[in-house]
Amino acid sequence: MSVLVYLALGAGTAVFAVATAARAWMYARAPIHLRWELYPVPHEDPEKVKHGGSYFEDKDWWTRKRHYNLAGELRVMVPEMLFLKALREFNRKLWYRSFPFHFGLYILAGTCGLVFVAAVAGLAAPALMAGPLGTILQWVYTVSGVAGMALAMVGAVGLLHRRLTDADLKTYTTAGDVFNLLFFLVAFGVLTAGILLRSPGDPSVVALVQGLLTFDRTLQVPGLLAAGIVLCALLAAYIPLTHMSHFVGKYFTYHDVRWNDQVNLRGSAIEAKLTEYLTYRPNWSAAHVGADGKRTWADIATTNPWEGAKK
Amino acid sequence: MKDRIKLTDMSRQDRKPLTHLENEDLMPLPYPLDSPEKDHAWAILSEKVTGSVECGLDDTCAINIPQPKTKEEEDELVRKFLAGLDKLFTRENNWTFLQPLVLSMEHCAKCQTCSQACHIFEASGNDELYRPTFRSELVRRLYFKSVKHGGALSAWQHGDIEINWPLVARLAELAYRCNLCRRCAQTCPIGADNGLVAHELRKLFSQELGINAKECHDNGSVLQLKVGSSTGMSSLVVKDNIEFIDEDMMDRTGIKVETPWDVEGADVLLIHNAGEILAWPENPGAFALVLSAAGIKWTLSSELAGYDSINYGLWYDDAQFARVAIKHAQAAKKLGVKKIVLGECGHAHKALSVIADRVLTGDLNIPRESSMTLLRDIVMNGRLTLDPSRNAFPVTLHDPCNLVRLMGVVEPQREIVRKICPEFREMEPHGVDNYCCGGGSGFAIMSGNNFQDWRFHVSGRKKMEQVLNAFADCMDPSINKYICAPCSNCKGQFRDMLAYYDLWNKNRILYGGLVELIVNCMVDAKPGFIDWEWH
Ligand code: SF4
Ligand code: SF4
Repeated sequence: MSVLVYLALGAGTAVFAVATAARAWMYARAPIHLRWELYPVPHEDPEKVKHGGSYFEDKDWWTRKRHYNLAGELRVMVPEMLFLKALREFNRKLWYRSFPFHFGLYILAGTCGLVFVAAVAGLAAPALMAGPLGTILQWVYTVSGVAGMALAMVGAVGLLHRRLTDADLKTYTTAGDVFNLLFFLVAFGVLTAGILLRSPGDPSVVALVQGLLTFDRTLQVPGLLAAGIVLCALLAAYIPLTHMSHFVGKYFTYHDVRWNDQVNLRGSAIEAKLTEYLTYRPNWSAAHVGADGKRTWADIATTNPWEGAKK
Repeated sequence: MKDRIKLTDMSRQDRKPLTHLENEDLMPLPYPLDSPEKDHAWAILSEKVTGSVECGLDDTCAINIPQPKTKEEEDELVRKFLAGLDKLFTRENNWTFLQPLVLSMEHCAKCQTCSQACHIFEASGNDELYRPTFRSELVRRLYFKSVKHGGALSAWQHGDIEINWPLVARLAELAYRCNLCRRCAQTCPIGADNGLVAHELRKLFSQELGINAKECHDNGSVLQLKVGSSTGMSSLVVKDNIEFIDEDMMDRTGIKVETPWDVEGADVLLIHNAGEILAWPENPGAFALVLSAAGIKWTLSSELAGYDSINYGLWYDDAQFARVAIKHAQAAKKLGVKKIVLGECGHAHKALSVIADRVLTGDLNIPRESSMTLLRDIVMNGRLTLDPSRNAFPVTLHDPCNLVRLMGVVEPQREIVRKICPEFREMEPHGVDNYCCGGGSGFAIMSGNNFQDWRFHVSGRKKMEQVLNAFADCMDPSINKYICAPCSNCKGQFRDMLAYYDLWNKNRILYGGLVELIVNCMVDAKPGFIDWEWH
C-alpha cells in the first residue's frame, strides 16, 4: 500500500509540474501579438494609473523616459491573486463562494510546504523537531490544514450549489464543470476522513512524507488515508489539463495582453520578431486577402489590390 | 417570461429568429424616454430579405449572407468555416492574435462576471443571446471539438455543439452584435476577452469566406484603398472641399484660414477621419484654425488614404487593416514629417497608434500622437486667448472606447473641457469605465435592413441613458446642451440617436467635437461658432 501511495504522490506531483510548465511554455512561445492592452495599466506612472492613463497622454511621448512601475503592478497583482479582487468588485455573490475556495487552496498549498519542511527537518535533526520548535510547527500546520480544508470545502460546496441552481450559470455549465467541483469535494473529503479516522498506531502525515522521502516500504498506510492521498494526487495531475489551470493562464492574460504596452522601437527585439512574422505565409482563402501560401504577410500587406482601379 | 435561449438553439435547422425583442423587454430609460409604449416600433424585415438572406438570429440582419441553394452549398460553407477556424489557431495565419485568443479559449471559468459589464446585454433586458459569453462559449466548443479534435471526453468536459450551416450563419451575424468595446474584458477576473472572440470570428468570416459587413469592406476599406477614402472622395475632391471649408471658417470666425497640403518636412501630418470633411466640416475647419493660430507647422496629405484616417480593417480583417496602416505611414514618410497626429476619431487613434505599432517596422515606424494631447498643449499653455464664458452651457464628455479604455488617453480632453466649459459635468461611469456609444466596431456606419433599429434600441441605449442622466438637471428646452464626442464614429451614432428620439427639437441636446468648443471660446474669433441650429 505504501508504495502505491508514494507512486501516486510522486506521479501526481510530476504530472502537475510538467503539465503546468508545458502550458506556460505553450503560452510563452506564442508569437508576440498585436497590441491589445486594456487600461488602466498598473505599471504606468502612478499619476496616470489613478485615471487609467497611458504614455500616449504625453506630447511627443516617444521622446520621454518610459515608466515601469513594478510596485504599481504588485499593488494590483497581489490583492488579485490572494483575494480575487476583480471578482469581489464585479461579482460579489460568486466571490463569497470562490474566495474561500481559492484561499483554502492557497492555505493547503502552504500546509503541504510546512509538512514537507517538518518531514525533512525531522529526518535531518530529529532532536530539534522533538523540541518546542517541532511542537509549534505541528500546531501551525494542523491549524492551517484544518482551516484550508474547511475553507476549500465550504467554497466548493457553495460553488457547486450556485452552478446547479443559478440560471445564469446553468446554461454554460457542462458535466465536466460539475465533475471538477465534485472531484475536489470527494478528494478532500476522503483525505480529511483518512486523516481524522486514523488509528493510534497509524503514521502521521509527516511520517508519511518521511516514508516517501526514504522510500520506507514498511510503513503501514491505512486504506482510507491512502485513498485520500491517491485521489488528491490524481486531482493535482488533472488540474493543469483543464481550464482550472487559470493560475497559469492569468499570468499571461494580464502581463502579455492586458498590460502589455511595450512599444515597438526601431531596432528593438520586438521589431526583429515582427520582421520574422512578416515572412510567414498565410493561406486564408478569401480572394481579397490574396494569400496563396506562397506570398508572405509582408507581400500581402504592401500590396494594394485596388490601387489604380476605377471607383 | 420568455424562454431562455440555449446554446444548442444556435444549430436549430429552421430559419426562425432565436429571439425577438419588444420595447417593453428593454432596459428602461429615464425621462423623457421613459415610456416604452411611446418608443418607436421596430421595422420588420421584409419577406424579400427573410426569404433570401440568413436572418435566423434575431430581429435584424447586419451582413446579408445569401441563403445557400442546396445542401451541398451549405456543406461547402461549413467546411470552409471549419478550415478558417483551424487557421485562426495557427501561427502562420494568425500570429497577430493567436496568444490572446488561445488564452480566452482555454481559461474562461464561465462565472458570468463579465455579463453585467456589457451594455448590449443589459439594454436588451438581459437577453441570453447577447450575453458576452454566449458567443464565446459557442466558439470555445467549436475550438475543442474541431480544432483540438476533441472526442466524447472533451465534449463531456467542454460541452458539445452540433456543427451545421444554421449554426455557422447565426454565428456570423452574432459576431456583429458586439461593439468590440471590451468593457466585459475589463471585469473578467481571468482576463478572458469576449470582445476579442467576436473580433476573431469576424476575421475568420472575412479572411476565409469573404463574408463581412458591406459598409466596412466594400464601401469601407476597399473604397479607401481604391480612391483614397471610404467617403469616395479622391484627393482632388477633398482639396476642393477643404478649400470651401477654409472659406467658410473665414466667414464664421473672421479669421483667415488656409489649410496647407503636402508640406514636406512639416512638424505635424494631421489625418482626419474624412467623414468629418463631409458630415461635420466645422471640425477640420476648427483644427485648421487652432493649429495655425498656435503656430504649428502642419500639413494635410493628398496621398491615397493619407487624408482619411479610418481603418475599418481594425474591426474585421487583418490584411485590410495592415494595408491601410501602411498607406498612412507611407504618406507620412513621403513628406518626411516629424509625427502623425490623429484627428478626432477613436478607432483611427487605436488603429494607427496601438495596433499598427506591431505592423510598422523600420522607416515606416513614424511617431504617432493623439490630437487630444496636442490640443491640450495648445490650450493649457496659453497659446490661444480663450474666454470660457462663451461656452457657458451644460457640456458632458463622451469617452470613445478606442481612445480611452483601449489606449489610455483619458485626461488631456478633460483638462481642456474643465478649463473652457464652466458647466462641464461627467457621465457616470466615465473614463476607462465608460460605456460604448453603441456605434462602435462599425455599427455607426451600418444601416442596412433595419439594423439601425437594433442599434438605437439596444446597442446605443446605455449611452442614451448616461446622456439623459448627465443632463437630468437641465432637460428644459430653453437650455442648450452639448455632448462633446471627440470621435467621428461616436458622433455619427449620437447624430442618429438624437434624431431618432428627436432630442434636439424637444430638449435641445446637441453633439459635436472638442476642437469646436475651443474655437467657440477663442477671443479672436467671432462669437457663436457652434451652430446650435445645425444638427
Ligand atoms: S469571460 Fe471571464 S468573466 Fe466572463 S464568464 Fe469567462 S471567466 Fe467569467
Ligand atoms: S466587447 Fe463590449 S459589446 Fe462586446 S460583449 Fe464585451 S461588453 Fe459587450
